[in-house]
Amino acid sequence: MATPSLLFWRELRLSRMILRRMLQIVPLLFVISVISFALVKLSPGDPVKMFVTPNMHPEDVERIRRSLGLNLPIYEQYFRWLGQIVHGNLGYSLQNSQPVLGQILQRLPATIGLMGTALAATLIIAIPLGLVAAKYENTWIDRLLNMISYISISIPVFWFGILLIEFFSVKLNWLPSLGMQTIGENSFVDLAQHAILPVTTLTFQGCGAYYRYVRSNTLSEIRKSYVEFGHAKGLSIWKLLWSHILKNVMLPVITLLGMSLPTLISGAYITESVFSWPGLGLLSVDAIFSLDYPIIMAMTLFSGLMLILGNLFADMTYQFVDPRIRK
Amino acid sequence: MHDVRYELLNPATLGSKQVTYTERRETVLYRLFHDRRAVTAGSVLVLLTIICLLAFLSPYDPNQLSIMDKLHAPSWAHWFGTDDHGRDYFTRILYGGQVSLAVGLLSMLIAVSLGTIVGTVSGYLGGVIDGLFMRFLDVFMSLPSFFILMILNAYLKPSVQNMIIIIGLLSWMDVARIVRSQTMSIKEQEFMLYARSIGVRMWRTIFKHLIPGVMPSIVVAASLNVANAILTESALSFLGLGVQPPASSWGSMLNNAQGYLGTASYLAIFPGVLILIVILSFNVIGDALRDALEPTE
Repeated sequence: MATPSLLFWRELRLSRMILRRMLQIVPLLFVISVISFALVKLSPGDPVKMFVTPNMHPEDVERIRRSLGLNLPIYEQYFRWLGQIVHGNLGYSLQNSQPVLGQILQRLPATIGLMGTALAATLIIAIPLGLVAAKYENTWIDRLLNMISYISISIPVFWFGILLIEFFSVKLNWLPSLGMQTIGENSFVDLAQHAILPVTTLTFQGCGAYYRYVRSNTLSEIRKSYVEFGHAKGLSIWKLLWSHILKNVMLPVITLLGMSLPTLISGAYITESVFSWPGLGLLSVDAIFSLDYPIIMAMTLFSGLMLILGNLFADMTYQFVDPRIRK
Repeated sequence: MHDVRYELLNPATLGSKQVTYTERRETVLYRLFHDRRAVTAGSVLVLLTIICLLAFLSPYDPNQLSIMDKLHAPSWAHWFGTDDHGRDYFTRILYGGQVSLAVGLLSMLIAVSLGTIVGTVSGYLGGVIDGLFMRFLDVFMSLPSFFILMILNAYLKPSVQNMIIIIGLLSWMDVARIVRSQTMSIKEQEFMLYARSIGVRMWRTIFKHLIPGVMPSIVVAASLNVANAILTESALSFLGLGVQPPASSWGSMLNNAQGYLGTASYLAIFPGVLILIVILSFNVIGDALRDALEPTE
């Protein structure tokens, strides 16, 4: 047994570790900001061209260039951009001159709603299936579930989306295939109908990985002595699975959750494109097609931040949830 | 004299180690070839590759437009039908498959070579160099790689070569991490210490003794890496940011097929099924390899 003072030192060491990791975020973000800036600025293509009309005077073109700050040396442009960002100004979109930050915040709820629902559905489906498959190891249920999980991790998500649209929207005409709402309608039922296909796509794709994690971890837990003890005590296998094994199995699942945080925010590029879901993914893809560099740079930075936070979250929960690792 | 030393050093001939190493190698291959999943997946891949490479035998030109033959359903003349420009879809699938497979395999080669170099050097040398390499790796791990791929392909002309290089350069990190941790554990083993103590040069130690030990993990990572690379390429091409017309890959064919849902569904079915089969096979082989190398029982 650890004495209170020992415990105190352990906690202190732990919080120091977390503090160090948090401090690492700053230089990492700096490097990512340099990369995202360089990526866009050093690429061929002149952003001024978007504003130039054929009969424009060269002086006017020069004025636009100056007003965008493009006549300055590259490092000066970078620090001006960075200074703006630190003040919360991510610039203005080239397409519609709206503030980038406003557009991101406006699109954020659609993405979080879609991804959050899909993630919840994934966990609700995948965790029980993983437990069941482990309980019935090497029976037909296990084999069937394994096969489906292989397909789930291998299927191209856009193709699965297309198949769903083809079947449920085009052939059966049951569900809408595009957008988030029917124009003029503002009901929850309408939103839910629009969400069913993209959520199904994301859930099917997500289930495979979580199922495999839960199954393989349950299999290794089931052989441990505390399970044997539970058996000897007369607990049913379901009771054991649900109230004892699941707790230990959840540890890697939480880590996986942390790592999926970045995709939660920005990873839906493809699904949102297939279903024209008006979230951050679609915003980014549209920006890339129209070379709208303020949005591109902001989204790179934003996605990078999410990735760093996701990894940090995964590491931290790992340390907190499992006392064995803390030692 | 040198040869004798080398024989002494070679783990395969190092005294009692001889038995265990050869045994292990035999059982890995044995297990792999007696794994029904792996054999099926492997045969499917080999067969598909051969068929795609034989595309030149087709009587049709993959890029020959023919308005009269627009959107014919699958038939004896056109096995997979024709597309919206009247081109034979089967022939286009084969040529598209060459592109998809080439991108997958070649970008995997880049990623695995880079990951192996970074991982071995970092794990073997340790210290400052390891610290530097790991910070470098942290940066790459924090890059939203698919987003960066989209940006690069939008700005650069997305040719097949560019895609191979870019995908390869953005997917070496996992390999490097695995190789680094394996290197650190192998480095501590006795035969490595022996090699160092009789003065074998560093690069020779790395290539002759370290990399063979790390190889199994590299092979597993490589096979999963191919699957990811093919998926990435097809996703990029699907969004219209990958292979550009008239060339095609399975992903770009799916992009095109989106306009014909309900009227010519087969345009979306064939490339999608093929991508699924190929990725599934690589994933199955990766898993089977892992099982064969580290039996859990």
